Amino acid sequence: MSTTATSPVPGQGKSGQATPESGKGRRPAESAKPVTWKLPVTLSVLAVVAFIFFGLLGPQGTAKFGVSSGGDFFQLPAIEVPAFLSGIVLSLILLGLAGYALVLKAKKNVRPPGWLPAVFTVVFVVAFLIWVVGGARTPSISLAGLIAGSVTLAVPIVFGSLSGVLCERAGVVNIAIEGQLLGGAFTAALVASLTHSPYAGLIAAAVAGALVSMVLALFAIKYVVNQIIVGVVLNVLVSGLTGFLFTTVMQADADKYNSPDRLPIIDIPVLSGIPVIGPILFKQSVVGYLMYVAVIVIWIALFKTKWGLRVRAVGEHPQAADTLGIKVNATRFWNVTLGGAVAGIGGSFFTLVAIDSFTKEISGGRGFIALAAMILGRWNPIGAFFAALLFGFADNLQSIVTIIGTPVPSQFMAMLPYVVTVFAVAGLVGRSRPPAADGIPYVKG
Amino acid sequence: MSENTEPRTAAAPDPDRIPGTQSEESDIETPDEGDTAFVTSLDTAGGTHQPSAVPVSTQSGSLPGAPEEETLLRKIFTGNGMVTILAVLLALILGGLLIAATDKVVGTTAGYLFARPSDFLTAVWSAATSSYVALFQGAVFNPHGTGVAGQFAPLMETLTIATPLITAGLGVALAFRAGLFNIGAQGQIIMAGILAAWVGFALHLPIGLHLLLVLVAGVAGGAIWGGIVGVLKARTGAHEVIVTIMFNYIALYFLRYLLDTQLFQRPGETTPISPILDPNAVYPLLFGSQYRLHVGFLLAIAATVFVSWLLNRSTLGFEFRAVGANPKAALTAGINVSRATILVMTIAGGLAGLAGVAQVAGTEKVLTDGVAATYGFDAITVALLGRSSPWGTFAAGLLFGAFRAGAVQMQIQTGTPIDIVLVVQSLIVLFIAAPPLVRAIFGLNPSKKKASTAGKTKQAATTGGAA
Repeated sequence: MSTTATSPVPGQGKSGQATPESGKGRRPAESAKPVTWKLPVTLSVLAVVAFIFFGLLGPQGTAKFGVSSGGDFFQLPAIEVPAFLSGIVLSLILLGLAGYALVLKAKKNVRPPGWLPAVFTVVFVVAFLIWVVGGARTPSISLAGLIAGSVTLAVPIVFGSLSGVLCERAGVVNIAIEGQLLGGAFTAALVASLTHSPYAGLIAAAVAGALVSMVLALFAIKYVVNQIIVGVVLNVLVSGLTGFLFTTVMQADADKYNSPDRLPIIDIPVLSGIPVIGPILFKQSVVGYLMYVAVIVIWIALFKTKWGLRVRAVGEHPQAADTLGIKVNATRFWNVTLGGAVAGIGGSFFTLVAIDSFTKEISGGRGFIALAAMILGRWNPIGAFFAALLFGFADNLQSIVTIIGTPVPSQFMAMLPYVVTVFAVAGLVGRSRPPAADGIPYVKG
Repeated sequence: MSENTEPRTAAAPDPDRIPGTQSEESDIETPDEGDTAFVTSLDTAGGTHQPSAVPVSTQSGSLPGAPEEETLLRKIFTGNGMVTILAVLLALILGGLLIAATDKVVGTTAGYLFARPSDFLTAVWSAATSSYVALFQGAVFNPHGTGVAGQFAPLMETLTIATPLITAGLGVALAFRAGLFNIGAQGQIIMAGILAAWVGFALHLPIGLHLLLVLVAGVAGGAIWGGIVGVLKARTGAHEVIVTIMFNYIALYFLRYLLDTQLFQRPGETTPISPILDPNAVYPLLFGSQYRLHVGFLLAIAATVFVSWLLNRSTLGFEFRAVGANPKAALTAGINVSRATILVMTIAGGLAGLAGVAQVAGTEKVLTDGVAATYGFDAITVALLGRSSPWGTFAAGLLFGAFRAGAVQMQIQTGTPIDIVLVVQSLIVLFIAAPPLVRAIFGLNPSKKKASTAGKTKQAATTGGAA
């Protein structure tokens, strides 16, 4: 089937770039829209908050960040920064960036350049980190551990958000990510235990995720049921099914049904010894490596191939796509199925990598975080990847903060990703726009 | 800003919706009313689309010029009331099969299935039915109970559990009618619980006044939490599904934080639990101390009456439904869509807040981080099953309350896990959402008109078959 061909077609690369919806392409409609005060004002408020809390009211001690871990290829000294001074400096930079955005709006009436919010976010996070660590009882954390832990926690979120991207780019809202993750986790544990092969479990997880997705696709596309309803209900269904089978089957004979072997951590020699980056990129399980591959492959497939162009056409303007001979509903069906398989692999992370057994509700709402990551990443695989990293970072920081003891309650750390997402969908931070036909069924005629 | 909403609403609006809305207004007393409500909510919750899943002939207020070709008998059998019953039946059958599939006796008899198939079938039947009998005994009537009081204790428990389900379900249903998908009942219950519990244990007021203040605080808590979503939706176009999901988590972590502070944690406790509410601050029990059933249930009935009046008899309700049917047409007709969005979310939040009050001031009498249990999410399925009509939601709340109450008894008696209730609930909603599927399964799809509808989705059908 030509619509599912994923091989990059050289001639199509350019046209893929030129479509209005490609990641970096500017929409004509966008530039025509009035430039609002929202972003500059939000940045200014955040910068002032940073100046007051991280700067003026900042802790007096020094924050220590360990860079190298014991097994590294070469050792780097720990970074020690005076918390108060760096708080002042960084928040001044934030104020400068916000001021620049304000000036651009006031003088030239243009949007700030795309790098500005990104740089702002990074500086803000660094200032926040120094503030948190500087004010802690033991003002020292391992930066390498923090980042590596963030990536680990982000793995299922990345897979989930990729599933969302695949579905929503084709115009089907996927609220069922949570169910796909949970289904994948359960099936991975079950099959890996029965076959004594974690790799069989990995494949089974992908199949399970795809099956959950197929139900979504069937009801959303064939029966034209509201996609959000199906998604919500599917989450409940999978939660009930896995919970039921966990109690009746797995708990009855845990040795036979719920003791999967873990996927080994594959350590690439030498490269994994590079400080900070090494453990993230070269000391992962198969699922971890697959994550990087999936992000890149899906990005290329969506934005650089004929297949991707068609998928996005289906998601943006199904009537037009249909007129050009693209099978709209078939494309949607297979895209949703593929998305489910991707999320299912992400679900296997819980039972084959993180811990070696299934428990009820093991996915713990990460499907919804994945949904948020997809939106924050603006329906782009790479954007979703970094958004998921941010959420993994917040998740990890929350547990570290409880250990080192800071004035900030850990619950507020945990709340942070959700607050950021609300700001994002409200358009206060950047702008997130779903594909035009997202959630709207296509009925020919 | 309309940045986010614009592309969604830019899709071709269905002109048929307007006559549909008007006719719905004219014959609100017809039994099919709930059906139109459901269709309306389907169309608009995630954008505009054509309700081709439900044949036009089965909708109420038949469109002008639609021929009355169906006989009364066919109407009864293919109508949506029938589909609801069949959907429940189908879900129960599938649930029963699931129970049987994991049953030990069934597993043993399956080993010699071909030698003595009757053993196998008997085992399947008894595994499924014994669970459902236990479910019924735990939900409605227990013949082994001591005296009449004991026999009807399960029914009282059902009503107790149904109370928050009904009120929260009404909140979700009301938002549906205005075209909004309120996934946030969970967070609204939590915020209501926080405020109501605080007023309940921190203040010490005379009888009557205290409870009133608890009620007001709780409803206000839910209303504010829902109202913020409405404001965000109306002012920035933020999609309410995402915002409400996020607000659920924010509320949960906020509650966990509070239960960690001196303000809320019970003195001398290390577990996150609040002090017990004052005796003046809790709902009086309806039938004495032997049952948990409290005045909150009467308030749930009152809330149903209120929502029914609001939707069907008030100007505001008409505006809500008009916005739900077609926001653009409503705007053209001079309805303030932003105001309607904010108001409907506020009222929906207040209704969910009532569920929160029922939890802290009625059933639990204390605030924990499990105050909302899963009522907020169950409320969505309740509203869907009730087809977003007030009394439909009431009935669905009772049904799911019965499932919840009975499942506890079922787990004790037969060892069937409570999770089976989730499976049955979600299957019911799935089937009800897709009437053609249910009709196809029961062979009730002979109409030529429906064949043409099916033809439209033939392409999807073939891909579904290929899968």
